[in-house]
Amino acid sequence: MSSATGTTRRIEPLPLAGAEMRPLRDVWGETLVELAAEYPDLVVLDGDLANSTRADIFAAAVPDRFFEMGIAEQNMVGVAAGMATLGFVPWLSTFAAFMANRATDQVRIVVAQPHLNVKMCGGYTGILTGKTGKTHQSVEDIATFRAMPGVVTIAPADAVEMRSAMRAMMEIDGPMYLRVTRDPSPTIFPAGYRFEIGPGVLLREGSEVGLIGTGVQTVRVLEAADLLANEGIAASVLHLPTLKPIDADAIVALAERTGRIVTAEDHSIIGGLGSAVAEVLGERRPTPMRRVGLMDVYGESAPNDYLLEKYGISAGHVARAARELFVAG
Amino acid sequence: MSAPVAVTRPSLDDLRRTSAEARKLIVQAIHHAGAGHLGGPLSATDLLTALYFDQMTIDPEQPEWAERDRFILSKGHSSIALYVQLALRGYFPVDELKTFDAAQSRLQGHPDMHALPGLEMSTGSLGQGLSPGAGMALGARLRGLSFRTWVMLGDGEIQEGQIWEAAFVAARYRLDNLTAILDYNGLPQFGWPEASGFTREVPIDDPGGKFRAFGWHVIECDGHDHASIREALDAARAFVGQPTCVVAHTIKGKGVSYMEGDFNWHAKVPSDDNLATALAELDAQIAAIDSGNGRPA
Repeated sequence: MSSATGTTRRIEPLPLAGAEMRPLRDVWGETLVELAAEYPDLVVLDGDLANSTRADIFAAAVPDRFFEMGIAEQNMVGVAAGMATLGFVPWLSTFAAFMANRATDQVRIVVAQPHLNVKMCGGYTGILTGKTGKTHQSVEDIATFRAMPGVVTIAPADAVEMRSAMRAMMEIDGPMYLRVTRDPSPTIFPAGYRFEIGPGVLLREGSEVGLIGTGVQTVRVLEAADLLANEGIAASVLHLPTLKPIDADAIVALAERTGRIVTAEDHSIIGGLGSAVAEVLGERRPTPMRRVGLMDVYGESAPNDYLLEKYGISAGHVARAARELFVAG
Repeated sequence: MSAPVAVTRPSLDDLRRTSAEARKLIVQAIHHAGAGHLGGPLSATDLLTALYFDQMTIDPEQPEWAERDRFILSKGHSSIALYVQLALRGYFPVDELKTFDAAQSRLQGHPDMHALPGLEMSTGSLGQGLSPGAGMALGARLRGLSFRTWVMLGDGEIQEGQIWEAAFVAARYRLDNLTAILDYNGLPQFGWPEASGFTREVPIDDPGGKFRAFGWHVIECDGHDHASIREALDAARAFVGQPTCVVAHTIKGKGVSYMEGDFNWHAKVPSDDNLATALAELDAQIAAIDSGNGRPA
């Protein structure tokens, strides 16, 4: 197999069996503390959810740079914009459902349009949100932020990538949105892996179908690739931790090598990863594809395994979508 | 960068004269652009003149000076009133006011903080300006900077819930380096249907009482009397321990007789005749000030 073109890197993931499990929200809170030691302008604003988002780790360690804003997300975004004009780098702590929806106009007017350096973080992304149900699940947040000109949108897959992505977010000025999941995820990246804003990461090479994942869904994509391998189907796995700017060259290269594409995300199939990939391929290399994600529906409160199956985003669903492409030719 | 040289404060007649000149420029700019708002800019003009010529510590030569006072026009649709003050204060040539609303102009319909020096925050979607103001005031405290942040609110936009989110947080953090000025002109764009007919009554009754309930210090003033404005804003700057809201009682369309109190002039473009009448009235006001008879009745 030839290696990826352009800036796409080939990284061998750690084995899923026996992988270390870390809630990415814990890593988020810990990393804020690490970054605060190096960046005196880093501040955290919380919408009264710190013990859920794990901004409480930061509040305990760096109390003089933690600002409680109460249950008022719209104001929190505006306060952050004001602080950003003075050179502070505000990181926002709330749920993705509120970050992307409750405060959308505020993000638009005082963060995205003036391109201010605010790091918007959405906790509890996707549908695995601790049985909270559809009000607190977030299945449209990628679509919302991806549509805003100039807003970088990032969904890390594991603890190593979360930590590295947050560092990259501090190093580059500008408005950014970070997806942070609630429940423990296996660590798939080796220590020393370095996230970069934009480029995708090729995790597995196979010539017959290209599977593309983002965020923690990439773990389920890797599992799907194993399921397909057992049936003699060789799948590539491309991880796209940056939804915007999207790594269009990596997507086109994958389509050229495999001729079949499946996208997988813990988000609606409308406006998220699947849409972004379809936009690229539609213009540059039309390719048979399937989108795995929430099929234009909201979720409900239920255990994780039930939700993954019912809403069609399990590893089995990703593998099934890939098989369909062989039937369809 | 260094602090600008302190200057003696202008006389009240100076401020009255500047207000009338500003109103002339506002009416001319909207007439020239063929679009824009008039009623709100005219009601806000005495307050803005007081801020830019009497109250704020600013230096047009150093628009990025770290210690400068910050001003946010939360009621962003009155942008022309702010642009006129910035031009008169020397941030850009007065002649550039002719480009208001035009293609490639720095004078956007609603303020764009990166387009023009002197603009501290982008506004336009109503109810959003007090929050960044609170952020600047909080940031100033954290940085140990002594500047003051001023936010002008419209009385219509305080119907937005975010205003009260910001009011609560500003009081909770005791941001006494933050002053809100409410342009209380009482006339919204449309109004409320009622069984007895249609009303354009003030959108929020007793806003001072409401800010007080949220933990703010409140001062009421006549927003067209420079003596009253100076007293109120001086007191706001001096007040310690709470943010202050200055409720300025104003008249929409103030300064042009046929626009005063008429909601139709919220965003109506004056005809050539309208313009000539307005300029004649404002010139008469200036002549009266120059002859020593310019004090408000």
